Amino acid sequence: MELFRSHVLVCGGTGCTSSGSDLIIEQFEKQLADHDLENEIKVIRTGCFGLCEAGPVVIVYPEGTFYSHVKPADVKEIVEEHLLKGRVVRRLVYAEKGEHPDAGKPLDEISFYKHQTRVALRNCGVIDPENIDEYIAFDGYMALAKCLTEMSPQEVIDHIKAANLRGRGGGGFPAGNKWQFAANSKADKKYVICNADEGDPGAFMDRSVLEGDPHSVLEAMAICGYAIGSDEGYIYVRAEYPIAVERLKTAIKQAREYGLLGKNILGSDFSFDINLRLGAGAFVCGEETALMASIEGKRGEPKPKPPFPAVSGLFAKPTNINNVETYANVPPIINKGIEWFHSMGTERSPGTKVFALGGKINNTGLVEVPMGTPLRTVIYDIGGGIPKNKKFKAVQTGGPSGGCIPASLLDVPIEYDSLIEIGSMMGSGGMVVMDEDNCMVDIARFFLDFTVEESCGKCTPCRLGTKRMLEILNRIVEGKGEDGDIERLERLARTISSSSLCGLGQTAPNPVLSTLRYFRDEYEAHIYEKRCPAHHCKSLVHLEITEDCRGCTACARVCPVGAISGDVRQQHHIDIDKCTKCLSCIEKCRFNAIIKV
Amino acid sequence: MKSLEELKEIRQKTLDKINMRKEDKEEAVRVVVGMATCGIAAGARPVMIAFIEECAKRGLRHVQVTQTGCIGLCQHEPMADVIIPGMEKVTYIKLTPEKARRIVLEHIVNGRPIAEYAIGSQEDA
Ligand SMILES: Cc1cc2nc3c(=O)[nH]c(=O)nc-3n(C[C@H](O)[C@H](O)[C@H](O)COP(=O)(O)O)c2cc1C
Repeated sequence: MELFRSHVLVCGGTGCTSSGSDLIIEQFEKQLADHDLENEIKVIRTGCFGLCEAGPVVIVYPEGTFYSHVKPADVKEIVEEHLLKGRVVRRLVYAEKGEHPDAGKPLDEISFYKHQTRVALRNCGVIDPENIDEYIAFDGYMALAKCLTEMSPQEVIDHIKAANLRGRGGGGFPAGNKWQFAANSKADKKYVICNADEGDPGAFMDRSVLEGDPHSVLEAMAICGYAIGSDEGYIYVRAEYPIAVERLKTAIKQAREYGLLGKNILGSDFSFDINLRLGAGAFVCGEETALMASIEGKRGEPKPKPPFPAVSGLFAKPTNINNVETYANVPPIINKGIEWFHSMGTERSPGTKVFALGGKINNTGLVEVPMGTPLRTVIYDIGGGIPKNKKFKAVQTGGPSGGCIPASLLDVPIEYDSLIEIGSMMGSGGMVVMDEDNCMVDIARFFLDFTVEESCGKCTPCRLGTKRMLEILNRIVEGKGEDGDIERLERLARTISSSSLCGLGQTAPNPVLSTLRYFRDEYEAHIYEKRCPAHHCKSLVHLEITEDCRGCTACARVCPVGAISGDVRQQHHIDIDKCTKCLSCIEKCRFNAIIKV
Repeated sequence: MKSLEELKEIRQKTLDKINMRKEDKEEAVRVVVGMATCGIAAGARPVMIAFIEECAKRGLRHVQVTQTGCIGLCQHEPMADVIIPGMEKVTYIKLTPEKARRIVLEHIVNGRPIAEYAIGSQEDA
């Protein structure tokens, strides 16, 4: 029987795989065989469902039952109860905070999904990414077929232009215009590149698209090839994404077998093929000119622009380069049309954007929302707010090039231009939430530490300037800040932004500038009062035991350096000269009697 | 693959298999088979498979065959509900694979519930 009465979808994204989803699939296969169900029920490994916090995740269709935190040992019960007897295993059904598990809502009513609109992630968690037929069933390669049979290359470009699809890799440059430039360049050879380097700390949007729906990227690259007159593409993906790399290899092989890549696609005279190149993980290699140098086998260092890639790119040929998510939007735009695309998002930024939500947030995971959605909706309605009833302090967007947005601006719509106006940027979609315990000076220091590490060293402002900024920040968090440090930081920031060769240096000061803009008082407290208001910076806090101490001795026993003394049932004391501030005592204390001051 | 037609063919063929994961389920007809211990013991499995195969044979992609637990009328098993949007739910009892196939044709395709198989119409309950 080819037809299955039920499909069990197990998330095979990187998150769920590392928490054991392979073992779960193995168990399902074994249990289904034991119960003679293997011909009735199909197990499918999909891409990321997005709600990584609840992983490993399993969905059972046709009911659409959403099981979370599934362990291999639970599989037997799901098979015997749900799949054999039709009784949903309530205790494993995903329940929202404060909700009885019996609620067992259907997927699209769970708040995490309710506010989302899935375009780039449309197939993630729905299809088997290693089965081209399933992609085709969900309209896959229809857009390419439509372009080849009904549209001229210029019509394709005009369509993408009219849709006003903006680059999802960070800059927001209109993709249609870029395609037009590449199409206008006359040359015997042109290239199409997909930027899958995804280097922002905490970002995993592109990885999830590649893992969950690799064919959508292949299809879009072929469409781009047709539009600009290119017959060869490269996907530059980081080697740290082994699952994505494997799925891409499988997808390319399947597309070639079907003749959807290769010579004379669908009987037309258009030919196109795609190569994979693995990046070694240098952040700067995500910058387009450095990326192309890396593909050519040279050092991954950026080059001045112009010439732009559309004129002289890979191997000095006209090249179009777009981000993974940008490409993933192309097939639905061709299939469903411009009006459909404009029905989502804002006038200046139509469509949706995927974000990787992380940090101090209840629902860590991957979300896709219409552009213009307020940050508040993403953080509270979808993200489920801040854990442990802590207070929201800021959200960092745009990675090392972005900035921190304070609570007072939570109602700003998420959009390329509005985020730049408030000193941050969209970036590729990392979103790190911070609560009252995060020190904003230290956050700025963290990102600068990253850029110093990742600067390629080709130009002086970036190589030396960021280093000088980091030294100042290190001094400040150590309590050695001096009068004039803030001004020095600002002057360095201006110089580095205006004189660096590539985007890495030009935007590196942003985390410092935006925290200075909204949290200047924290810098001042560190410098002038030698105080860290968030009680985070080790050099500026010490621990104290309050009168709430019952003398249970738990803290004294856990202290690795013997800094705590006191008699049983008497208030204890910490010797601040010995204390290394490892915080083990705070974790052990059951009476909340140890505080940071 | 050399043409759009071939692509469409693959799409259609695969859709039949994975339609249950598509979002637009409003039009869906649901057949819910009782598959608790009592139902299985009374022969619910061949009944469910008959429903699935008959729907597949007729290309009824909008029909979902699902299962449920025991509803407490074990003496009537194998049982199944047929739920068609806009029509009243019908509960069939004491099913066999043959009856299941007839239900697909008469009730789901032609829109005429088979009263004699439905609960309440049989005296020997
Ligand atoms: C330091 C640096 C790192 C970058 N990293 C990435 C990256 O990881 N992924 C990406 O798509 N674009 C990255 N970019 C942006 C690319 O240079 C380029 O703008 C992008 O690939 C264009 O695609 P889009 O127009 O579709 O967004 C980076 C830029 C800079 C300056």
